[in-house]
Amino acid sequence: MIEFENVTKRYKSNIGLDDVSVKINEGDFVFLVGPSGAGKSTFVKLILKEIDADLGKITVKNRNVTTMPARDIPKLRRNIGIVFQDFRLLPKKTVYENVAFAMEIIHRPKRAIKKQVPQVLTMMGIADKANKYPDELSAGEQQRVAIARAIVNRPKILIADEPTGNLDPDTAWEIMQLLNQINQLGTTILMVTHAKDIVDKMEKRVIAIEKGRIVRDETGMYGYKEALEDPTGPFDTIPMQSRGTFRAGFRRGGRG
Amino acid sequence: MKTLSYTIKQAFIQFGRNRSMSAISIFAITCMLLILSLFFILFINVTSAAETIKGDYDSIEIFLLDETTQDEANAMIEDMKQQEGVEDAYYKSKEDAMAEFRARWGDNGYLLDSLEDNPLPNSVVIKIADLEKADALAQHAQEYKGIEDVKYYKSTVDKLLKATDFIKISAMVIMLFLIIVSIIVVSNTIKLTVFNRAEEISIMKYVGATNWFIRGPFLVEGILIGVISAAISLCITYLVYNQLVDIMADQVYQMLSMPMVPVGFLIYNFAWIFLALGVSIGSCGSIISMRKFLDA
Repeated sequence: MIEFENVTKRYKSNIGLDDVSVKINEGDFVFLVGPSGAGKSTFVKLILKEIDADLGKITVKNRNVTTMPARDIPKLRRNIGIVFQDFRLLPKKTVYENVAFAMEIIHRPKRAIKKQVPQVLTMMGIADKANKYPDELSAGEQQRVAIARAIVNRPKILIADEPTGNLDPDTAWEIMQLLNQINQLGTTILMVTHAKDIVDKMEKRVIAIEKGRIVRDETGMYGYKEALEDPTGPFDTIPMQSRGTFRAGFRRGGRG
Repeated sequence: MKTLSYTIKQAFIQFGRNRSMSAISIFAITCMLLILSLFFILFINVTSAAETIKGDYDSIEIFLLDETTQDEANAMIEDMKQQEGVEDAYYKSKEDAMAEFRARWGDNGYLLDSLEDNPLPNSVVIKIADLEKADALAQHAQEYKGIEDVKYYKSTVDKLLKATDFIKISAMVIMLFLIIVSIIVVSNTIKLTVFNRAEEISIMKYVGATNWFIRGPFLVEGILIGVISAAISLCITYLVYNQLVDIMADQVYQMLSMPMVPVGFLIYNFAWIFLALGVSIGSCGSIISMRKFLDA
């Protein structure tokens, strides 16, 4: 579904990705983890063709993204649902309009919009919020709207960029349940995250990036199993901003 | 077609939900159009004055001695009509001349009643089609017998036309300048709006909207703002100019012996100009101000 072949991306002062090769299969649920600046955002931006790779080849849904002309970018993005940490809802549109917008841009008929939007809102458990504006909703509800928007066109791929970063643990877990459901319906999910407890609980495939290289790719836990036994281990590399979602026990020392 | 109706609908929704920004943009464009209209009024009146002057003075008047007969005058007319550059030539009796004089004096015409007999001469009036030939024609007229004088206002016309040309060109330069300034002001105003919505635009791009799909509603919104501004400034211009004509027209006519351009004519012309300007300022403004966000 998504394939990187020897992809390298350099920025002026530092490296984004360094000779990365990885394959994400259809139906996978993959966590992309790693410290800030490791290259996670670069990885996502390359899939969306927000930036171009310096070397290597990227394939998304059997299409070569590397050689794709700029005018095809909107089409590429319509096949990928995206969910952000900060929700990114259109503030001047209601919940219903926000979700409908994703269908309007691909010129779906009004009838289909009227049918599908309430369906997906119901699936996300926010059918009663259809006529509210985003700032009238709680963070968890906003993220549900964002997910509804991301999946309303039934994309094959859903990219979630720290979707639980702004949510309390209970709400975060609810969102994870929704993502899991969506994955079970056949959508490939790539989730960028720092939330160790969530990753550990889900027991899905984990790709860990550090300094632009994939340092680990296996099913299971956020960190190395042996590292987990050392309390000064990988958690010190977790940036402060994400710690709100962790147990209080992790809020000690380290980099900030 | 569906996209078009979507675009227009979205533009109206956006317009309504960004009321304060729309109001500021409308205010800015309206101000610009009003300042422009000031110069338009000047321009259009000077142009019409220049036409009047040309009509009044693009003629040579041959004053005849009292003893010159009608036949002799007719001979002159026939001869003149043969010349190149003459549009028309006709006889003006002293009675005609007096009537014209009286009309021009208007309310003060009664002063002429005290004259015992008509001191004005009979004359032959030659309307000139080609100003280049005017000098030669005046020269030619001098050679007729039985004439008192040949009046040709070349230097006056030249001076007046030069003055009006100067005013017209200055007005045009200032208007051009104002149009550029208003496009800058409006695009900055809209840029503020768009800046507020930079986030929105980036979201639209993430969801996979094409540039034109994003631009469309903004463009229509810009046009809408332009049309509303044009309508408002047109109304204000109408009211003000109407008032101005009421107060000043008589004085202007007495001082310069020419009428002000009538309100109807002015507004009819302004309607199209304002509409075109409003629409182009609005749409240019929105396209220019969005460019940066769409290319990113």
